[in-house]
Amino acid sequence: MKNWLILAAGALILAVPALSGNNYVLRLATIVCMYATLAQSWNFIGGMAGYPSFATAAFFGLGAYASGILQGLGVPMIAGWGLAGLVAIVFAAIIGGAILHLRGHYFAIASLIIAEMLREIVNTTPDLTGGGMGLNLPILQLSVDTQAKFFFLMMLMLAVATTATAIIVQNSKLGFGLRCIQQNENAASILGVNTYAYKTGAFMLSAIYVGIAGAIYASWVNYIEPPDVFDVLLAVKPLVMVLLGGLGTIFGPALGAIVLLIFEEAVWRNFLTVHAAALGIIIIVLVLFLPNGLLSLVRKKSSGSGA
Amino acid sequence: MIYAQILANGLVLGGLYACIAVGFSLVWGVLNVINILHGTFIVLGSYVALFAYNFGGIHPFVSVAIAGGLLYVLGYAIQKGLVNRVISAPVLITLTLTFGLDLVLNNAMLVAFTADYRKINLANPLGSFEFGPVFLPGDRVAAMALALLLTLLLYWILRNTRIGRAIVAVRMDREAAALMGVEVARVNAVTFGIGALMAGAAGALLSIVYPISPLNSSLFLGKAFVVCVLGGLGSVPGALIGGLVLGIIESFGSFWFGPEHAVTISFALLLVLLFVRPSGLLGKRGYE
Repeated sequence: MKNWLILAAGALILAVPALSGNNYVLRLATIVCMYATLAQSWNFIGGMAGYPSFATAAFFGLGAYASGILQGLGVPMIAGWGLAGLVAIVFAAIIGGAILHLRGHYFAIASLIIAEMLREIVNTTPDLTGGGMGLNLPILQLSVDTQAKFFFLMMLMLAVATTATAIIVQNSKLGFGLRCIQQNENAASILGVNTYAYKTGAFMLSAIYVGIAGAIYASWVNYIEPPDVFDVLLAVKPLVMVLLGGLGTIFGPALGAIVLLIFEEAVWRNFLTVHAAALGIIIIVLVLFLPNGLLSLVRKKSSGSGA
Repeated sequence: MIYAQILANGLVLGGLYACIAVGFSLVWGVLNVINILHGTFIVLGSYVALFAYNFGGIHPFVSVAIAGGLLYVLGYAIQKGLVNRVISAPVLITLTLTFGLDLVLNNAMLVAFTADYRKINLANPLGSFEFGPVFLPGDRVAAMALALLLTLLLYWILRNTRIGRAIVAVRMDREAAALMGVEVARVNAVTFGIGALMAGAAGALLSIVYPISPLNSSLFLGKAFVVCVLGGLGSVPGALIGGLVLGIIESFGSFWFGPEHAVTISFALLLVLLFVRPSGLLGKRGYE
């Protein structure tokens, strides 16, 4: 119950100032919601199950392109978003079946390669995807202000839905099984946890909302290109956010999203040419000095986050 | 007879790939760390060769020693100062740390050297020679020969020197090696240094083949991944075979499907191989 109250309060605290602020504030709030969705999604496979997935960029780009292509064929926008989520989850089920028997580094690399492959496929099929030229999406016939509010609310709803899923999963048999896998997969398997099914489930959960986020993002910015939506940083930032907030926690990823965005914005504004290095420095400091996240500073509580 | 030419191109490319991957594979096998910095180390080696040539007139083949030495020091320092602090942490942590380090180093190179593609124009190129129906560009073949020589030298060092035996011992069993009196922390640092040295040397050799830019680092890293998975981890012969196989596959793949698909082919191959044989073509089961 406590978690649901925190979720409702958090959404309100974000929504009220965002909707009454100017479009710059709205844009930042929209990105926070997108980041929170990505981080929360990564947490299913990376935090709960302890599998270092770099497939987030693949799901994001896949969702963006699936929705973009479908809308080009005349599918309405919202239906395109839903179908993008469907494409992402089916893709995750297939790919997950292929790579989830790998562990550790091998899994990390295989998941990293998937985004690279999708990017190459998009690049080499210009008839369908526009290739390196990118893809234009239909422009909404709404005023700029209304659009900004609309996309913010959509992203917010998505972030809330992802977090709600995380709360449900955390307290379910699935969440319990995933934590068992994280702590000792062989032991979990011997005790009768169907590890393969659980991992695949977590991988699919980590895909669906990311696919939808990619689709909403594509409609929001109206134009996508492979280096933008298959960016490797899209795969790395979620895990940085989760590390910031605390592995395997419910609200850690959302907190991490806010902290990371504030930091990014400050760096972008003041030191544009070294923003990648600044992100690198956060990562180094985080890994070396704060492996359990910012929340561990506040309260010394070990919630199975010893990964 | 076009196939003989394609095979020759593939072998030349493959020798260079082996040299790119062997250091990466060694670090992965011994330290159990995926060194994302490897691609950036290679590019740094290329810049050392570029500046040595432009300002000192030093031939890139000679710069191999300079680049290797400088990168050994850099690699040793990075391992000793930073990576070693989290060496026993899970995969996610070490991988993320080297990723962060890579962002910093690569960004520093972008600022210092810009993203422009540069090239070394040798004053006295070796030209090309014909070998039956096959044309071979002299400089590339020489670079490949040097790359193979370096790889074999590493193999010899691992088998016949004291530190080499210590490295192999740590790769086989870290705890047992420590009990036998091997200083594991020092072996870790030396191994990381050697990995960086091989990257720097490979970079100097590649400087006469590829254009030089910080943007290339992920390309080289991708090749190192594929070669490692093809050949299996931590062994020099594995990297050698993996490199040659990748070179030949890419060469034939670009011929049959078009050069724009070369990367897709090698990645698809990697995924298939990870699925059916995660320990590599030569690898033993149990390393994954």
